[in-house]
Amino acid sequence: MGPLVTQGIIDPAWNNLIALLVGMAFGFILESSGFSSSRKLAGVFYGYDFVVLKVFFTAAITAALGLLLMSSIGMIDLSKIFINPTFLGPGIVGGIIMGFGFIMGGYCPGTSFCGAAIGKIDAIIFTLGMFVGILIFSELFPLYSDFFTSGAMGNILVTDVLGIPAGLFVLLLTIVAVGAFYVTGIIEKRVNNPKS
Amino acid sequence: MSETKEHRKPKEYINPYLGGVLLGLVLLTTIYITGRGLGASGAVKSAVVATVDVVATEHAHNSPYMGQFLSDDEGPMNNWLVFEVLGVIVGAFISGTFAGRLKLTVEHQPKITSKTRLIFAGLGGLLFGIGTQFGRGCTSGTALSGMATLSLAGFIAMLSIFGTAFLLAYFFRKLWI
Repeated sequence: MGPLVTQGIIDPAWNNLIALLVGMAFGFILESSGFSSSRKLAGVFYGYDFVVLKVFFTAAITAALGLLLMSSIGMIDLSKIFINPTFLGPGIVGGIIMGFGFIMGGYCPGTSFCGAAIGKIDAIIFTLGMFVGILIFSELFPLYSDFFTSGAMGNILVTDVLGIPAGLFVLLLTIVAVGAFYVTGIIEKRVNNPKS
Repeated sequence: MSETKEHRKPKEYINPYLGGVLLGLVLLTTIYITGRGLGASGAVKSAVVATVDVVATEHAHNSPYMGQFLSDDEGPMNNWLVFEVLGVIVGAFISGTFAGRLKLTVEHQPKITSKTRLIFAGLGGLLFGIGTQFGRGCTSGTALSGMATLSLAGFIAMLSIFGTAFLLAYFFRKLWI
């Protein structure tokens, strides 16, 4: 029963090799899907290319459905997996700052590594910018150390907040995603082939 | 009769839904094996901590933020995410090689200069870096992996990152269209 490393079924000594292999698959898929191009990524904000929405939503739903399925047949113990802790204020502020970074830089961290790997100089500059940004955050940390740990809600699930079962939530999310794929498909066509 | 050899056109990208399912399966496999999802920005944090540790060891250990990520028995680069990101770079390079997309270039839309693109790429990276620390992870580690495990943090990250970028899209349109 998974998670294999956490449960001691796979020795943690394999961790770094697993990380490398998982990363290779991750990078290969991102690059093959076009995530090494900032112009393709930014298309989601202007309606000319919704590849980000399609890949991102499909991936999240595939994994969420997979986890529910594996849990229901006893393949994985969901109480043993990592749940990102919620810090409400810092989470929202961080997301807003990342939103600025995304629209200005055209990349996010993972995709900038893919762009850099195939020779995009702008992606290399983006990663250097991240390095500087994290350094600045760390140097100025005392200014907002209280804020940083504020709004702690623990390892809470979205379904705890909404009070609905996980299966129902994932079903609703899938319906929203399919609706979004349909609508954005129409938008994409109109933006790219405007009729005079 | 002069026949110019046509440049080999790069291969097309794969279908986005296929890409999404494959990415979801990689994420699922990762959680099944390690109990955690994918990530990206954490590796840059490790690189920052490792660099400061080398050039200003005392400063790094005394830093209230960086100090948390330094221990006596392990270097900051001996970290799951650092190996994962090395893999990402190798994987993307392999994909780019097979698809004929390896090219040293500054990618930008024709109406702006390379210089403008590079300035905004640098600024964007800087802000993204700061944001990842407040948000405790980026689009991969918090938004995507967090959504897959149905964590509230994942949905907050996704909505605030993409929501902000959508609201700002009009003001930065000259960079992209």
